[in-house]
Amino acid sequence: MGKMKMFLLACLLMPVLALGLEPPTDLNAVDTPNDDGTSITVTWKTSASDVDTRFNGYNVERSEKAEGPYIMLGWMPRNSGHYQDNSITAMNLNYYYRVVALSDVGDSAASQATGPVAASQSWFNTGKFNTLFGTIIFIAITLWFIQRAKNGRLFIRRIAGLDAVEEAVGRATEMGRPILYCLGLDPISTVATVAALNILGRVAKKTAEYDTPLVVPTYDPIVHTVAREMVKEGCNSMGRPDLFKEDSVYFVTNDQMGYAAALSGIMAREKPATNFFMGYYYAEALVLAESGAATGAIQIAGTDAVTQLPFFITSCDYTLMGEELYAASAYLSKEPLLVGGLKGQDACKLLIVAAVILGTLWALIFKSDVIYNFFNVG
Amino acid sequence: MKRNVPLAIVFVLGVFFVVQFFIPSHPSQVAYNTMLEWDMALLVFATVIALDSLIRHHTQKIMRRQGQWGYSAVYLSAALLMALAGFIGGTTDTSFYMKLFQYAMSPMQTSMFAILAFYMASAAYRAFRARTAEATLLLISAFIVMLGLIPLGATIWGGMPRLSEWLMQVPNMASKRGITFGIGLGAVATSLKIILGIERNWLGGA
Repeated sequence: MGKMKMFLLACLLMPVLALGLEPPTDLNAVDTPNDDGTSITVTWKTSASDVDTRFNGYNVERSEKAEGPYIMLGWMPRNSGHYQDNSITAMNLNYYYRVVALSDVGDSAASQATGPVAASQSWFNTGKFNTLFGTIIFIAITLWFIQRAKNGRLFIRRIAGLDAVEEAVGRATEMGRPILYCLGLDPISTVATVAALNILGRVAKKTAEYDTPLVVPTYDPIVHTVAREMVKEGCNSMGRPDLFKEDSVYFVTNDQMGYAAALSGIMAREKPATNFFMGYYYAEALVLAESGAATGAIQIAGTDAVTQLPFFITSCDYTLMGEELYAASAYLSKEPLLVGGLKGQDACKLLIVAAVILGTLWALIFKSDVIYNFFNVG
Repeated sequence: MKRNVPLAIVFVLGVFFVVQFFIPSHPSQVAYNTMLEWDMALLVFATVIALDSLIRHHTQKIMRRQGQWGYSAVYLSAALLMALAGFIGGTTDTSFYMKLFQYAMSPMQTSMFAILAFYMASAAYRAFRARTAEATLLLISAFIVMLGLIPLGATIWGGMPRLSEWLMQVPNMASKRGITFGIGLGAVATSLKIILGIERNWLGGA
């Protein structure tokens, strides 16, 4: 009977003994660079048993003392040799780490502990040095062009969509119908929305000048508040505060398809002579543009949503593509300072094109990705 | 005063956020998160103003019996019903509010989304009319891309899927990246002009 028990025990232990689990080696723990002092990165060389089908991954453990006790932080699958401990709550406190190899049959093998290591905060993200460098160059070039613009008139190419703004307002005036202005779905923090608001300011002045009704249904509450003030100020600046109607700028809904449905309804019922679609749009772009096209309105769109541009180009009379939306304010006002900014942008674009060509040639001739790596943001 | 105070706030906060982007330290993160919380607080107040405008707009339409005021009546009744259902009955899975959401609002949203298919067909018809050389090129490219994505394309010619992929990955990607460069630079330039107070149109009549 005793022999039988020994035999059964041997059978149960057989798979474990056969695996001969090896612990991971070369364990290393370092303070994660460029962070706020809440992270330590642990790396290790995978266990020799990692190739076995019964191998089950690694448990990463941490302790405040080398001898323990260790608490488990997380599990990493096989073939992994990296773990980022983001649960550090105290800076400059020493920690020790160990990694335990696990198998499906329940055994484990812990590595040697590594440490002490403490997390500390960084005061400059060295991985963003290239971004800082690029930003300084860009700002310097833009400011130089702005300074230059004060001295003389700079040429800007014709943008058909912006030339059509005045024509569109005039058409609505002649037809005695309102102008519909949409500001997109993004919040005020998006540059496209700010650019759309800038154009709204110009359109509001024009509509006040021609005494044309302007309808601005909004999607975002903060954008609504700003848009309302802009239209009001637009009327005031033209000496026509009486033209501002409280219900001309109104909040519709914060629901994407609800907004599309509401605007389609407004277009079908009120038949605006002109529709402006400025800002950032998503799937509702086509619903809006096609509904407007069906009413026969002249449509001017402007967006930096690359995925929605084809729909606007297809369904609208004029489309401002990407940066043309940002250029609108300078183009419409012709203010030298704003135009100088545009020229600065163009110069920086030339620099980028030169860098792309240089990087491509460098990679092809020297088989090196030095230039490519410079543009990688850490 | 009315113009200088907002300009000063924008300048200080704009410079702060630019500098904060490069500083990962704890105080910098705390300051950034505090700003985000302020943003949320601002949103709450803005929502009250927005709702006031919404109710006022539709109420006035109903009271003045403006054209098609019935839609406004339906809208206000539906909004009131949803709000009361949520406040009184709660928003648990079995509540009346959730039933309204699942069996009325959600199908309406889905239907609106489904209409996109029809709009796409009409837009495609308009885009693919081969009136000019560019439109013809677009039509041919679109035809190849579509054929390359379905088994029939490979049956007609074995190289069709690869040609389709090349069109998407090379000429299409190149133009998309060109636009993206412009967008990136334009966004930075616009931000810079606003921070420095060169662009003041957002102030309204300024």
